[in-house]
Amino acid sequence: MSTGNSDWRFRWRTATDRLATGLAVLATAVVVAPLVAIFIYLVYKGARSLNVAFFTQLPKPPGEVGGGMANAMLGSAILLALASVIGVPIGIGGGIFLAEFGRGTKLANAIRFTADVLNGVPSIVMGVAVYALIIKPKIPWLPFTGHFSAFSGGVALGIMMIPTVCRTTEEMLLMVPHSIREAALGLGAPNWKSVLSITVRTASPGIITGCMLAFARVAGETAPLIFTAFGNAFWSTNLQRPIAALPLQIYIYALSPYDDWRRQAWAGSLVLIVLIVLAVSLVRYVASRGVLKGAS
Amino acid sequence: MGVGIEVSNLNAWYGSNHTLQDINLNIPANHATALIGPSGCGKSTFVRCINRMHETNPIARVSGTVRIGELDIYHDATPVEIRRRVGMVFQRPNPFPTMSIYDNVAAGLKLNGYSNRRALDDVVERSLKDSALWDEVKDDLKKKSGASLSGGQQQRLCIARALAVDPEVLLMDEPASALDPVSTSKIEDLIFELKTQYTIVIVTHNMQQAARVAEKTGFFLNGRMVEFDSTHKIFTNPSDKRTEDYITGRFG
Repeated sequence: MSTGNSDWRFRWRTATDRLATGLAVLATAVVVAPLVAIFIYLVYKGARSLNVAFFTQLPKPPGEVGGGMANAMLGSAILLALASVIGVPIGIGGGIFLAEFGRGTKLANAIRFTADVLNGVPSIVMGVAVYALIIKPKIPWLPFTGHFSAFSGGVALGIMMIPTVCRTTEEMLLMVPHSIREAALGLGAPNWKSVLSITVRTASPGIITGCMLAFARVAGETAPLIFTAFGNAFWSTNLQRPIAALPLQIYIYALSPYDDWRRQAWAGSLVLIVLIVLAVSLVRYVASRGVLKGAS
Repeated sequence: MGVGIEVSNLNAWYGSNHTLQDINLNIPANHATALIGPSGCGKSTFVRCINRMHETNPIARVSGTVRIGELDIYHDATPVEIRRRVGMVFQRPNPFPTMSIYDNVAAGLKLNGYSNRRALDDVVERSLKDSALWDEVKDDLKKKSGASLSGGQQQRLCIARALAVDPEVLLMDEPASALDPVSTSKIEDLIFELKTQYTIVIVTHNMQQAARVAEKTGFFLNGRMVEFDSTHKIFTNPSDKRTEDYITGRFG
């Protein structure tokens, strides 16, 4: 082979390699750019309104300057805790059923289809549905019915978490190599035990990621809360009563005619994003502390 | 202590594919028995019938009897009971990736509800010593994942994991085929040690390996067992023409 020919080929390969790498970098930049842009804009618009009062005080009456969103932060924390308590176990349980016990059955296919449809239900519809199921009917002996409440808001968010958690859990379990399951069965583990203590454990990093995705998604939801948690200008930790939430407060403030409220809406958005990032990082940190050297 | 395995009229299917046809053989206790034959001849299916792993595939079926010691495994026991008595080492090392070395070895006992710490420590140490891995990992037992070890170490870890539940029979499905020569020779040395305590059945593509480690060898072809005899006889003076063709490299 002549040197000139191979030299030409080498340059061609180098060029295509650079092109492919360049395109990948460009795609990454396009993905990251909106996030960075949003964050910078939020800091620019919201940072000025951030002060101690914002984190410690209740909202002021309309038109008055000052006050804060402390109750909304607490409310969001309560709503998200409630949503996670509902959404995570049901979602993971459903995912385990889909991937392990019900694989190939009609029931599993029906559940998978339902989860996918549920995932596509607009969040406002979820709010209306929970309103119709819990708030509209007034049943004296059934708690939480008949009025707006923190509980119903948590239910709405929790239901929204289920499909994401369920489908990610299923995908992650299906990625566990068959050889790992065989190893567990070969040790004399009954199937259910091999699934719960080996397969789920092997897939747990991915399952945690799925839960975090679902959590981050519902943390910013406003629509499902309008008809359920309703919002509250005062301190409340009572699950029976309406409760404030950051996205709701941002929604109300952003649409208000008062300049100070609109500034606080920007600050609230900034705080919401930072809190979500902190919560997700915290869970990742806690989860990664148990990971061993060289674990894949 | 190992026990003998008595197989009579064993047939196995995958769907409509008749993978094992009328297998009859007696595997002696506390010896290594090698199974050789070309790919797809049914030798892996055969060992998977001995610990009832074959039936974990939904389209698989089995008929015939397999006795491990006195126990008729298809009629008098559940798969779970059998697999506690019959350990298995697979072709590719498959340690549990999220578990430490210690937890990998203790996994079998823990899965069976065993949790006494002191006793677990003892079993883990004994199993790792038996699998000749102890000296290499004793300082990292709980720090390193099983997946962080080299391929050969992982396979010895898998052997330790199988030994920890104190089986009577150890099935090895091409345990060294994914390993380099040094790791392979360590595994073979290990088989030599282990057969004093366990009955070992080893599937291998490597005929020298069969000749080195096993007292008895069976030759499988197209789902049937063509010949089963002492390893020496199989490799020096086989009775069947097909065995001779295979070991002299004329096919397969």
